Amino acid sequence: MKMLGAEAVIECLKQENVDVVFGYPGGCVLTLYDALYKADFPHILTRHEQGAVHAADGYARASGKVGVCIATSGPGGTNLVTGIATAYMDSIPLVAITGQVGVPYIGKDAFQEADICGITTPITKHNYLVKKVQDLPRVMKEAFHIARTGRPGPVVVDISKDVFNAMFEFEYPKTVQMRGYSPTFAGNSADVEAVVAALQLAEKPLLFVGGGVCLSDTADSFREFVELTGYPVISSLMGLGSLPSSHPQSLGMVGMHGTYGANMATMECDLLLGIGVRFDDRVTSLVKDFAPRAKIIHFDIDPAEVNKNVRTDLKVVADLRWSLPLLCKLATATREPNEWQSQVAPWLAQCQQWNRENPLPSAVASERVAPHSVIEKVRTLLADDAVIVTDVGQHQMWTAQYYDFVKPRSLLTSGGLGTMGYGLPAAMGAQIAQPDKTVVLFSGDGSIMMNCQELATVADNGLPITIIVLNNQVLGMVNQWQRMFYGKRYSHSSTHGGTDFVKLAEAMGVTGMRAATLEELDSVLQQALTTEGPVLVEVMVPATADVLPMVPPGGRLDQMVLGG
Amino acid sequence: MKCTLAVLVENRPGVLTHISGLISRRAFNIESIAASRTEEVNTTRITIDVEVDDELELEQVVNQLSKLIDVIKIVNLTHVDSIQRELALIKVKASNTNRSDLVDIVEIFRARIVDVNRETVVIELTGEQSKIDALCEVLVDFGIIEIVRTGKIAVSRGPVAAKEL
Ligand SMILES: Cc1ncc(C[n+]2csc(CCOP(=O)(O)OP(=O)(O)O)c2C)c(N)n1
Repeated sequence: MKMLGAEAVIECLKQENVDVVFGYPGGCVLTLYDALYKADFPHILTRHEQGAVHAADGYARASGKVGVCIATSGPGGTNLVTGIATAYMDSIPLVAITGQVGVPYIGKDAFQEADICGITTPITKHNYLVKKVQDLPRVMKEAFHIARTGRPGPVVVDISKDVFNAMFEFEYPKTVQMRGYSPTFAGNSADVEAVVAALQLAEKPLLFVGGGVCLSDTADSFREFVELTGYPVISSLMGLGSLPSSHPQSLGMVGMHGTYGANMATMECDLLLGIGVRFDDRVTSLVKDFAPRAKIIHFDIDPAEVNKNVRTDLKVVADLRWSLPLLCKLATATREPNEWQSQVAPWLAQCQQWNRENPLPSAVASERVAPHSVIEKVRTLLADDAVIVTDVGQHQMWTAQYYDFVKPRSLLTSGGLGTMGYGLPAAMGAQIAQPDKTVVLFSGDGSIMMNCQELATVADNGLPITIIVLNNQVLGMVNQWQRMFYGKRYSHSSTHGGTDFVKLAEAMGVTGMRAATLEELDSVLQQALTTEGPVLVEVMVPATADVLPMVPPGGRLDQMVLGG
Repeated sequence: MKCTLAVLVENRPGVLTHISGLISRRAFNIESIAASRTEEVNTTRITIDVEVDDELELEQVVNQLSKLIDVIKIVNLTHVDSIQRELALIKVKASNTNRSDLVDIVEIFRARIVDVNRETVVIELTGEQSKIDALCEVLVDFGIIEIVRTGKIAVSRGPVAAKEL
């Protein structure tokens, strides 16, 4: 069929089952926007391109589909950079479509020209500059294929304005052919057999689950294996939700703000089985002291993850959709469940004992609202499948520690890049992906300001998000480090409480509420969660609370500063 | 240790930047890099000499490079019996008095003089990197004006192509 390049982009989106795009118009994408208008294609206008890309990311994390965003050339594209890097670090499938100046102007420092392919090369799985309209269908097909297969990730498609305006005969390719890209699905089953043999010898095995289990939707297989073997489980931030936090074998999060049990178990285990994790330095601390007694086994889809941060003894490079069911099958065939479980029962008991001895700090009775008690309270008011989104800082770590996650894809957070300002737009995207679920954002007074313009988008689209701003009037996490490691020199880490967040919300068309005392908190939360449409709740909390336990930077996992 | 990799990639604009960018971004050191088209028009071959600490680090370089969509195949030629060459053009000062010494040296190295004028000559030499290094060292006494080297290229011995290795 004959059509314009711009119309072809929309045809491609339809073929890829994209049901909504997030974006912001501008000169080089005006023809595309005209085509969106004519096709009546669902589009959410954010108030900043960073909002669009984080929204597409939140949409992807909540739904498991590829998120799509659109920006114009130059400043539009550069405004996407933080969001693309955020998605890259957490392996989120994303296609970012950017406009580029007309072909004759490329490389001439034309108005609103920026080399987006050059800028995004280190933070994308792949990117394309489309200068010929004939290439467009193939490029779009490849972009979606690359974004969603193998280890997922963001792909940028930079399209010259001339391409949008060109007429051509459109045909969408049925298959992709790329000589250099054939992601692993099945691995080597002998590798899995070797793992099962190693497991049989382990006295103190430990399972370490990461975001890969959520991304590959294999939480069921994972849980089957956990319950068959009776092994204790630690989780990375991104792995939360793979196994209910309240599961008796779950020791909680490991690493800098990990639980006592998770960190001690890591130091003591004789076998550590990492599943879809990348051994981030927030987890390992000093690599040479990480799991010092353990044989390390690594399951990952990306061959380049193996031996990158931590040296492994055995590896299984494959999609978890292939390796986890096979692991369950071979383990079941090898031994009865009670055989597996009895071998590790004393070890599991020891791990659980560690967490009983040194639980997470609990709130001291006081007039003031302890920040983590807000998170616990919200949990009691929500269903298991509510989607929790966070920004970055203390509130993020408290959410990871105190919220009982039950389902995969129920925590959306910027784990790898640690992007303040991620939360609000990601919550928008999640609510659009999951209109029937409750979406709650925990943010801080610092983070919410970084993309607060998106309150207008939330209001405009009537998205019933509940935004909880834990207002400690400081950049809490920075403040904590200054308190602990910089002699209480609080250099530029106060927000001075000058902002009235209730008024900010109202100015943007969002219902605003405030809670300053414990009594108020209960009723305000109840009210917020039953009010129709978007609500922002500002909860006043003290500035001096610390996230504990904490492994000081460069310390060993068993050298935690404990709290309570 | 120094390793030699033959990297077959799609012949597309920007691909050399992707490769070199990835290597330097991951903090590995490129000693030499040379690229050109091959017997297939849509394939480029890049020969990379990279300095790594150990086998594990080499494995990382290879695995990271393999992730690039435009990379079709990587062959590690470090331990493969292979022929390795580099081309150098060296401009050296030469006067009436010492030109004949220069000609002798060029002969010994089986190099060639490709340009002569009153003050200088240009010498062309193809060979292993160590041989070119050795010639350059001797020429220092004459006064080197400039050196241009292509970077190493390598091909395995025997009938099999790298893409089939
Ligand atoms: C874009 C960005 N800039 C800076 C930082 C560094 N940083 C990490 S946590 C933090 C403070 C966050 O403060 P707030 O959002 O108020 O949350 P709190 O720690 O008080 O809960 C800062 C500045 C970051 N993570 N992201």
